[in-house]
Amino acid sequence: MSFSKLGVRTVALGYLALLLVGPVAMIFYRTFEGGIAPVWDAVTAPNAVHAFWLSIEIVAIAVPLNTAFGVGMALLLERGKFRGRALLGMLVDLPFAISPVVVGLALVLVYGKTGWFGDWLIGHGIQVIFSVPGMVIATAIVSLPFVARETIPVLRELGTDAEQAASTLGASGWQTFWRITLPGIRWGVVYGVVLSTARALGEFGAVSIVSGRIEGETQTLPLYVQARFENFDITGAYAAAVVLALLAFATLILMNLLTRRTRADTAV
Amino acid sequence: MLGKGLLGIYLSALVLLPIAALLAKSSTGGTSAFWREISNPEAVAAIKLTLVISAIVVVINAVFGTLIAWVLVRDELPGKKVVGALIDLPFALPTIVAGVVLLALYGKGSPVGIDVAFTRTAIALALLFVTLPFVVRSVQPVLHELDVSMEEAAESLGARPLTVLRRIVLPSLAPAIISGVALSFARAVGEFGSLVLITGNLPFKTEVGSVYVFGQIQNENLPAAAAVSVVLLLAALVVLGALTLVSQWRSRHVL
Repeated sequence: MSFSKLGVRTVALGYLALLLVGPVAMIFYRTFEGGIAPVWDAVTAPNAVHAFWLSIEIVAIAVPLNTAFGVGMALLLERGKFRGRALLGMLVDLPFAISPVVVGLALVLVYGKTGWFGDWLIGHGIQVIFSVPGMVIATAIVSLPFVARETIPVLRELGTDAEQAASTLGASGWQTFWRITLPGIRWGVVYGVVLSTARALGEFGAVSIVSGRIEGETQTLPLYVQARFENFDITGAYAAAVVLALLAFATLILMNLLTRRTRADTAV
Repeated sequence: MLGKGLLGIYLSALVLLPIAALLAKSSTGGTSAFWREISNPEAVAAIKLTLVISAIVVVINAVFGTLIAWVLVRDELPGKKVVGALIDLPFALPTIVAGVVLLALYGKGSPVGIDVAFTRTAIALALLFVTLPFVVRSVQPVLHELDVSMEEAAESLGARPLTVLRRIVLPSLAPAIISGVALSFARAVGEFGSLVLITGNLPFKTEVGSVYVFGQIQNENLPAAAAVSVVLLLAALVVLGALTLVSQWRSRHVL
């Protein structure tokens, strides 16, 4: 191996070690420094458990909605023929360009007490901001583009031959979708679902603004990490952070398995 | 038809309506009010800091992202698959955890004796962490497709390694690098979660745009928050729009 090759390898790996691997390894080390028992106590604290389940609840509502939207939008953008398709595609991708804080602010301006629908919502006794509905909407916005974005290229790859054959043989639109299109794009869809789940689970900025961060009520797991950290409960913060980091590792493993799956599918 | 209607309603409710409310709020007092909000010294400092640090961060990303992609594609590195999988970790890891993780090594009581908490260095570090995958992931496939025989031909004709890099490799990678840089920039400008714990929110020192907006919302100063939000949004959109134009121009004129 040449000298310069070794140099590039050292620089690249050194950068990754200092920026990524070192810090992540350090949090695991510091979390378990004092043994498992204090970590277990921190993870099973009532507010931590509540935050965990609230996060799961929000993901369980936002991600299926985004999945249905993403698949439908991918079909529309890839199979539809109409003017303004490029513009629509940009609109779908827009949440990636918006800061989570700005998403939170925009929701306050629509649903908050001085917002557009504020009076109406108060009049009907509906609370969106500082409660779960607002948090679900915020989470759905930040994770909106993933499924559509991952499904579109798979849909393009799949082509329309099989769909046309099915409809020529008398299949209805729904039959064609369920029997032909969906099986063809499923791994792309699942990949998008994994990405949006990870994003939804970790959402911080938008949810932070919209939730009011009430401990034991509107506090998700990422918000719990912040609250513990700022209250100098480092053990609590690290323990919850490690739970989230483990979920991130699970996401990575799923992503890699799925990439291999998609490649195998396209190879056949 | 029904399906299209539902898609339209969902997209409008989640994207168009909030953006419209934001634009409406930022323009309630007219141009002069908008200008007054964003020319507030603290807001100016925050916006400037955001843009400058994001620019520095994407330059570092361009260099190291390309190097990492090169190692992942061209180097016969043992354990390459694991390294490749780790690159996506910043995308999978919640941003608040990214902040905690960086503080665990480079914060107060750092085991390596480096404490950058509440400094601009910490901001750059956090932004580098969360934007790491963009350049790597956009350069990697292009490098994979790149024909080695061109480089070999140049080499056999007597070109030195640096000349090959400058004349053959970099020109082919440039569009991918630019695309990764634009995506990193858009992300860096709006980043919030990884910064809340490590910046200390010191106005004029470590307060970036998103943190300023957050502070103004807490103070119920929504017009100021909306005005600076619009500036951040525009900065991201201009860069992403330029990227789209550049790639369209290239596909029309280069191929």
